[in-house]
Amino acid sequence: MFKLIKDTLLSQAVTLWGVFRKLFVKADTVQYPDEQPYMFPRWRGRIILSRDPDGEERCVACNLCAVACPVDCIALQKAETEDGRWYPEFFRINFSRCIMCGFCEEACPTNAIQLTPDFEMAEYVRQDMVWEKEDLLIDGVGKYHDYNFYRVAGKQVAGKDKGEALNEAEPVDVRSLLP
Amino acid sequence: MFTFAVGSALSIASILLAVIVLAAMLIWVERRMLGFWQERLGPNRVGWFGIMQVVADMIKIFTKEDWVPPFADRLTFVLAPAIIMIVVLMSFAVIPFTPEVGVIDSNVGVLFVLAMASLGAYSVMLGGLSSNNKYALLGSLRAAAQMVSYEVFMGISLLGVVVLAGSFNLREIVETQADGWYIVPQFIGFLIFLIAGVAESHRLPFDIPEAEQEICAGYHTEYSGMKFGMFFVGEYLGLVLVSSLIAVLFFGGWLGPAFLPPIVWFSLKAGFFILFFILMRAALPRPRYDQLMSYGWLFLLPLSLLNLLVTGAVVLVSTTATM
Amino acid sequence: MAEKAKAEINIDGVTYEVNAGGNLLQECLSLGLDLPYFCWHPCMGSVGACRQCAVKQYRDAEDSAGLMTMACMTPVQPGARISIEDPEAKAFRAGVIESLMISHPHDCPVCEEGGECHLQDMTLMSGHNYRRYDKKKVTHRNQYLGPFINHEMNRCITCYRCVRFYNEYAGGEDLSAQASHHFTYFGRHRDGTLESEFSGNLVEVCPTGVFTDKVFSENYTRKWDLQTAPSICNGCGVGCNIAPGERYGELRRVVNRYHSELNGYFICDRGRFGTGYVNDAARLATPLDGAGKELDAEAAGRQLREIAGNAIGIGSPRAGNEANFAFRKLVGEENFHAGYSDAEHACMQLAAELAGDPRFHNPSIREIEQADAVLVLGEDVTNTAPRIALALRQSVRNKALELADGANIPRWQDAAVRELAQQERSPLCIFACGATRLDDVASDRVIDTPSGLVRNAIELAGRIDASAPEAATAPRAAESHEALERVAGQLLAARRPLIVAGTSSGNIDLIKAAANIAGALQKRRAVRENHGGTAAPVDLCLLTAEVNSMGLHLMTRQENSLGEALRKLNSGEAANVIVLENDLYRRAPHAQVDAALNAAGKTAALDLLPNRTTAKADLALPVTAFSEQQTSYVNYEGRAQLAYQVHRNHGAARPAWQWTGDFEHFRQALLDCADSVAAFAKLGEVLPDTSNLPGGIKVPRQSERYSGRTAMKANLNVHEPKQTQDPESALAFSMEGVPPRRDATILASSWAPQWNSNQSISKFQDEINGPLRQGHGGTLLLEKKSEGGEFKPVPANGDGGGLELLPAFQIFGSEELSSRSEAIRARMTGAYLAISSADAEQHGLQQGRGVRLSGGGIEAIALTCIRTQMSPGAAALHVGDAEIDYHGLGTRVELAPAEAPEGRGLGELIVSDLAQAREER
Repeated sequence: MFKLIKDTLLSQAVTLWGVFRKLFVKADTVQYPDEQPYMFPRWRGRIILSRDPDGEERCVACNLCAVACPVDCIALQKAETEDGRWYPEFFRINFSRCIMCGFCEEACPTNAIQLTPDFEMAEYVRQDMVWEKEDLLIDGVGKYHDYNFYRVAGKQVAGKDKGEALNEAEPVDVRSLLP
Repeated sequence: MFTFAVGSALSIASILLAVIVLAAMLIWVERRMLGFWQERLGPNRVGWFGIMQVVADMIKIFTKEDWVPPFADRLTFVLAPAIIMIVVLMSFAVIPFTPEVGVIDSNVGVLFVLAMASLGAYSVMLGGLSSNNKYALLGSLRAAAQMVSYEVFMGISLLGVVVLAGSFNLREIVETQADGWYIVPQFIGFLIFLIAGVAESHRLPFDIPEAEQEICAGYHTEYSGMKFGMFFVGEYLGLVLVSSLIAVLFFGGWLGPAFLPPIVWFSLKAGFFILFFILMRAALPRPRYDQLMSYGWLFLLPLSLLNLLVTGAVVLVSTTATM
Repeated sequence: MAEKAKAEINIDGVTYEVNAGGNLLQECLSLGLDLPYFCWHPCMGSVGACRQCAVKQYRDAEDSAGLMTMACMTPVQPGARISIEDPEAKAFRAGVIESLMISHPHDCPVCEEGGECHLQDMTLMSGHNYRRYDKKKVTHRNQYLGPFINHEMNRCITCYRCVRFYNEYAGGEDLSAQASHHFTYFGRHRDGTLESEFSGNLVEVCPTGVFTDKVFSENYTRKWDLQTAPSICNGCGVGCNIAPGERYGELRRVVNRYHSELNGYFICDRGRFGTGYVNDAARLATPLDGAGKELDAEAAGRQLREIAGNAIGIGSPRAGNEANFAFRKLVGEENFHAGYSDAEHACMQLAAELAGDPRFHNPSIREIEQADAVLVLGEDVTNTAPRIALALRQSVRNKALELADGANIPRWQDAAVRELAQQERSPLCIFACGATRLDDVASDRVIDTPSGLVRNAIELAGRIDASAPEAATAPRAAESHEALERVAGQLLAARRPLIVAGTSSGNIDLIKAAANIAGALQKRRAVRENHGGTAAPVDLCLLTAEVNSMGLHLMTRQENSLGEALRKLNSGEAANVIVLENDLYRRAPHAQVDAALNAAGKTAALDLLPNRTTAKADLALPVTAFSEQQTSYVNYEGRAQLAYQVHRNHGAARPAWQWTGDFEHFRQALLDCADSVAAFAKLGEVLPDTSNLPGGIKVPRQSERYSGRTAMKANLNVHEPKQTQDPESALAFSMEGVPPRRDATILASSWAPQWNSNQSISKFQDEINGPLRQGHGGTLLLEKKSEGGEFKPVPANGDGGGLELLPAFQIFGSEELSSRSEAIRARMTGAYLAISSADAEQHGLQQGRGVRLSGGGIEAIALTCIRTQMSPGAAALHVGDAEIDYHGLGTRVELAPAEAPEGRGLGELIVSDLAQAREER
């Protein structure tokens, strides 16, 4: 009987009191847009495509962001420059579908795709929520300052011959019989 | 000649107006209070402190498409929300706000309130049934069972007060409390009435008939626009009604020290309980349906009967002693 | 095949029943267990090079220490106890993969193999994450390997699969392992096009991205993003199973689709790279009238039916059965004519008759591989049915396998078997007018003019059985008598002899001779085996030219040849003509076609690409390409197979059967065909069993990881269109449905958890190299007659003036549609005439210069191609991009020198006996 009263009435009363006390606690609400909230650098907002420190597009059109995207709102097509660099012929994000989950950024092997603290993306026309590469590509490196995929990977591109990537030895002379 | 006498046209009109406006305002009050209790601000943009939010909501609700689903039973579907408005407003007829203000001075005031509350069940049931939607049907089934069950203890819990006052007339019940509120002798009755009152008006934590997380929105799943608005305002009217009844039955109605006029005392008492109900909504989680039913029938019913028995015995003994 | 012996072994405490003769790796994979490997290939056996499949083997139940052993090199011993999960074995495998990855170049994002990479899968499976080795990575320079294959040598893990496939399996000579130790390099001796007709398989054989598909890379899409459906290759009459993949409305690539009886794991480069025409911007997209005005579909259909009123129909060997049948129905059976040349028509009649002859058996590719003595009669198999040539190469290894059996070496011990056999091969005799690409494995060759080949073949039949018809004139060359005697002996001694001939060259006498040889063999075997009773049929493989030559033949009346159709039009017996998916100028003398089309009242032509016939048509209707339609084809052995639609139609193109308006659904067309045409009675069996797809559930064409669904078309309209419905098949244009890994009834692209590469096919096989579980291998349509036929008399073919003309086929260029693909065009040559040095000298012709051919009243100019091993008196004409009116030239041509024609030269013509060595490639 006492247990029942304790469970049904006393605990409820304690809860009620606990919640009631919140009346005298300062609210957490930030009065946006009168007050601008502080956006942390790792906030997951509008998506951009960055460039490497040499100013080249970082995106190599590997499609990993597209496949990681849970709402399938990224579509792109690989193309290749004369010297062997891969780049996206088009890169499209349908922001009307995007849920800002950041999986694309997690998946990106070249740090190309990054989420930024900007979240003010409302549009009156839904079609304007579809962003192409021209809209996404920025001129900077974004959050990751020094990474350049082609300096690490073994693929040969203009300005980086075989054997010049990270930890690579000179190309082998297959005609040599030396050990 | 306009006087604030019981039953005068002005009295009726002002009560109706005040009650409906109050109920509408409560929507805003509740949202803001919930906000504070949840460490946020609540609606504060429209008008001063957001007070015009209600007006904005009204404009929205009135201009919304008045839509009846093609698969619904049209007549019942339209009728159901009106019923709740009507029966709750009718209940206010017997509430004694002050010695002067009131609609009728009925000898069977308590019974009238209970009768109207019973009719309220039809609104919810018919609304759900006519929607022809499985969530609405589930909601109305739950509502029917819940309301029928809790009416029982609600009625029995009031009998203690009736026995003490010796009258079903709410005005007389208030007057008999001049030398002591019934909250003291009828504390258990008060608790049961409080719980049953929440259940009757199916407010949180007993909003099982509309439990959004389980059955969409229960009986009013298919409702929108003004018809939904009537259910919505009906709920708040019920809230005001239950609070008023508690004030009248257990806290001496308009009675209080003379530095404040009776209507203020009444409003303060009723307002306290309105805020208390909002706090309950902010704090308490919803029980399971079976918990609600077994709690009612296995705990509240015996308790209320016991309460009535003891009250009756004490009254019998005391009256026999004085005679 | 005899029932395989079974043995019980214990793997990680569970007892399994496995094949007794196998190796542990193969049996583990057959059981569906995950055991990493690299160098082992289901078709090429084990060499134990990569050490990745290490397992623990225990001596007996008490042994707890165990012994590390390579599963691929360890035979199954009954009662063996092994462990895959043993911590030491796992650590060992992790160590192996870590050392294999030491020099891997960290370029998966820009690697075409990424996402379907066996190395990625195995790295993950073996548990290697970070490169701990802090020394430099070995790097290599890449080579240019031609228009088909990309080379990125840094990714190599030295499993040797590429050279084992390219050299040992496919007989290529220009890819090798070079340098030594950890510098090992796989490439050509210098940059240049890979010569093998099967080089594309390197893409699938290489477990990582050293060899990737260059054509695909230009329009690259990851495997998971390709919309895929089971299809049939349209390149030749073999009917290899392929899996085309589509993305953004374009056909992106074709990969092999496993079929245990036909193509197995490999297809040829024509099939893999020859489908670019599907994306051609020049495709017919809307119905056009004679003036080039666009019509709407309804008007076009109405006009077609008007034309059909008094029309003859000309069918197509490259259209499916349903299309041919719908048009036969439209114009009436008596007005429906075959759409191949008259010579081929005659050959097809004979081939079909022989296919029904109980003395013969038309073998599947798997059966061809089991032949231990082969005779190829006049068919340039490498260029007309390349996959068969690859199978013939495997057949000569039967000698090696026999030796291995004798020496008690398991057949899958690849290196050991090859070491044991050295140059010992099963006999393969080739009758040809010149050198062929199979000569390196041939034991005997008879090189003569076409009529000389017939004479030799008749002589051979006589030597096998004296009752075979005699040759009118004996073979001329004296040395061939000796060879014929030898070949006759080999064929008679063989356990499973095989005669290969074909209809491509249109030489009916050769097919008759082939039938006589096979008949003679069968007669002698009957005598030997059971004293005059019936014996098992002899394998007689008669190759058909195009994907549905056999299907078209079964639908047309014997007298309804193309020549007859042209005659009817000329004589006014028929007013109009409807040409189904056919360029008549490739099939008959141009003059005759011109005359007939001019005489015809109205001409309707249905095709996918504009050609000379559609240009002349009063109504040109666009039809779907092979990957845009569901249809059934009948291959050379009479096997009907169903190809599914992969992607949406091009423009207003429709499957041809839809244009007639007689059928609403594909199913109706197919079943009506099965009901109406006796030979197609069993066609309904090709339809998939959908009993395990209840309630309209379908099999998805897209993988579960298909990406970009809500963005692909968002540039056109942000409101996503409804997914295309497919009321015609059990497949859906979506990701939803029953994934094929639970039901392999319709398996396009194989995928299994942890197995993203094509190696995942083992998860769908009954056992390694066995049939697909619940798979559909097609239905053999042709019924055997009860009575065997007689020997065919072969008429004497008198000599005449000039040189005997025969067609020269090229894998890249001879097939009509694939030759419209960009990738194939990069390898095509101009029209050339191959002749012997003697003839060249006599006519004053020079290598690479022009030659004027005259015959049949017309003249043509081609490039001269002098070949040292060409038979004098024979002139093999390659028509290039159908530039020359081959049929108009007749059977004999006179030659004269001329200026070299403009356009393509001989380019990278790959023949082994070109007279003057080209500049070293």
